[in-house]
Amino acid sequence: MERFDAIVVGAGPAGSSAALTLARKGFSTLLVERGRSPGVKGMFGGRIYSWALQDLLPDWAKDCPVERYVVRENMVFLTEDASLGISFDSTKLGQGRAASFTAVRAKFDGWLAKKAQDAGATLVTGIRVDDLWKEDGHVRGVMVAPNDRVGADVVVIAEGATSILTRAAGLKADLEPREVSVGVKETIELPAETIQERFGLGEKEGAAFVFAGQSSLGLRGGGFLYTNQSTISLGLVVSSEDLSRKKVEIQEVQNRFRLHPAVQRWIRGGKVVEYSAHLVPELGAGMMPRLWGDGVLVAGDAAGFLINNGYTFRGVDLAIASGIAAGEAANAARSAGSMRAANLAAYDRFLRASNVLTDLERFRRAPLYMKNERLFDVYPRMLMEIAERLYTVDGSGQQRLVDAVLEQAASADVPKLKMLLDLLQGARSM
Amino acid sequence: MRIIVCIKQVPKAQELQVDPVTQTLKRVGVPSEINPPDANALEIALTLKDRHPAEVVVLSMGPTSFDESLERAVAMGADRSVLLTDRILGGSDTVPTAYALSETIQKIGGYDLILTGEETTDASTGHVGPGIAGHLDLPQITYVSEVRIVDNTVRARRTAEDGTEWWQTNMPSLCTVNFGCNKPRSPTLTGKIRVKRGGVIVHWSCADVGIDPKKVGLLNSPTIVAKVDTIRLPPRAGRIFSGDAKESVRALLDALIRDRVVAP
Repeated sequence: MERFDAIVVGAGPAGSSAALTLARKGFSTLLVERGRSPGVKGMFGGRIYSWALQDLLPDWAKDCPVERYVVRENMVFLTEDASLGISFDSTKLGQGRAASFTAVRAKFDGWLAKKAQDAGATLVTGIRVDDLWKEDGHVRGVMVAPNDRVGADVVVIAEGATSILTRAAGLKADLEPREVSVGVKETIELPAETIQERFGLGEKEGAAFVFAGQSSLGLRGGGFLYTNQSTISLGLVVSSEDLSRKKVEIQEVQNRFRLHPAVQRWIRGGKVVEYSAHLVPELGAGMMPRLWGDGVLVAGDAAGFLINNGYTFRGVDLAIASGIAAGEAANAARSAGSMRAANLAAYDRFLRASNVLTDLERFRRAPLYMKNERLFDVYPRMLMEIAERLYTVDGSGQQRLVDAVLEQAASADVPKLKMLLDLLQGARSM
Repeated sequence: MRIIVCIKQVPKAQELQVDPVTQTLKRVGVPSEINPPDANALEIALTLKDRHPAEVVVLSMGPTSFDESLERAVAMGADRSVLLTDRILGGSDTVPTAYALSETIQKIGGYDLILTGEETTDASTGHVGPGIAGHLDLPQITYVSEVRIVDNTVRARRTAEDGTEWWQTNMPSLCTVNFGCNKPRSPTLTGKIRVKRGGVIVHWSCADVGIDPKKVGLLNSPTIVAKVDTIRLPPRAGRIFSGDAKESVRALLDALIRDRVVAP
């Protein structure tokens, strides 16, 4: 039987970071990926915050397949036919540890997996692992078929949101609809010059958009838009519970979103070259499985490491940081003498050192707050109507800001106390 | 027991393209696969290995790009593989190919059973398997869909025109295997790791094997491709029968009978 010191399941950002860290620590490491090559099964909105990558590969910027560095953040509220946006421009956004960039997963994941291979990890693709090999509850390796087992001292599960192995390991219960959202994304082709001209960007500069309100037909969720080199990533993340409750097809929501004038202006003339969909873990720290067991660690999306606080969507940075922490934890456990859960519990400490758990806990309330339907329907409409009152000059008498706000609030269906509570809760969780 | 399976790498059937100028099959830049009947032969070998102590050696002749298929064969469960690769083999038709492969099989040695596909999907001659049996003076059973080893003999089910036949031979012998007679297994994780660890393919040149250069290559291939025709389908008539359903179906049937498409 084949044996390795460590097996990492999934060659996404979490898995490749874990494999790279393990290989550097001298573990013979097997990295198993179900896709034909890393990244082909992966999907995400489109942006990566670089800080964790800096920790893993200080020289990352030299050859990392960056599409564009994000120098402009936009938040846009939509109603059926109007939009209200906030835009933040700063060259500082694209620099140092705070830099974030857009990327294409097939390229990025391939690049990161190559780094793990260069460090000595063995990458095997085209194999789906859907069971663990366990003895008395201790994970001893992976099992593809009864006669196709590979042994290891420790297995790092970095399999993504569907988390089949995490459940097989007994670390997590079955997914509930309320725990996951559905993400859809269209990749729209436009010449690089057109993107630069249309968004007012330099050659390597990019823009990021978060859409709220009618982007999701009033369902809980939101839209996003990222500029790549010569494509635009346009998509939505929508509560799967709402989709099934309101019997709406995600394609329909995406169509309406795409056709909104405030979206159309960015993508017109573009050609949809790719369509993808994926599960997104939604409850953050609230749905985290047990992160370690005897001979096993969980990292990335499989661990629910995702932060959506309404203005930033984070996943890949947490995946990379958790992959590093998993590698460090396995190394610490080896030094402590065994891969028993008590030793692998060091994972918690490494996750806190890179603020993964602390950030997740800080925004623990955010996903629940984001699940407040009023945020996606009533309030954006209110905002827009206030804006309409303020900017309408037609001779019928113009309003003062304060009057417009008070009048609008008075005419809304939501009791004022509830509105105030929503506001307070929002401020606390965001 | 040592089983040698001869495989060829061919362009993927779904991706077949004919060069519009030369009218020959495009082989460069198209995705390739193990010739499907050869994959069926490999599956028979691996099934035998599941039941009996056996070593499965995979053999191919061609450019080093064939390593891709040899690696896949090992990942599926073969023990090792040999690639006969040499520029002087270029342009060989089935006659030099059968000769060169039989020489290589002798160099591997110790064989009990040789399996080949019934034919390749890119040339469809069906010559090479019987040619090897001829060179090695082996008993052969062609067009088999199942092989059993019983008391040191080979028993194989052969597909004949009017049914199936069971044949028995002593070992060593050769069988050519029917396309689609089984479902080739997928590569395993263990197999893919073995490939990654390396050392599962050896490359031999003609000199390594002792192949006579005067018997191989384009010049020593008796086949002459005189002409290649592309089938042109007759244009469709495009007649539409409309109106009352019963009457239009009747009219359609009459027309089909008149054109001898269906019997009255």
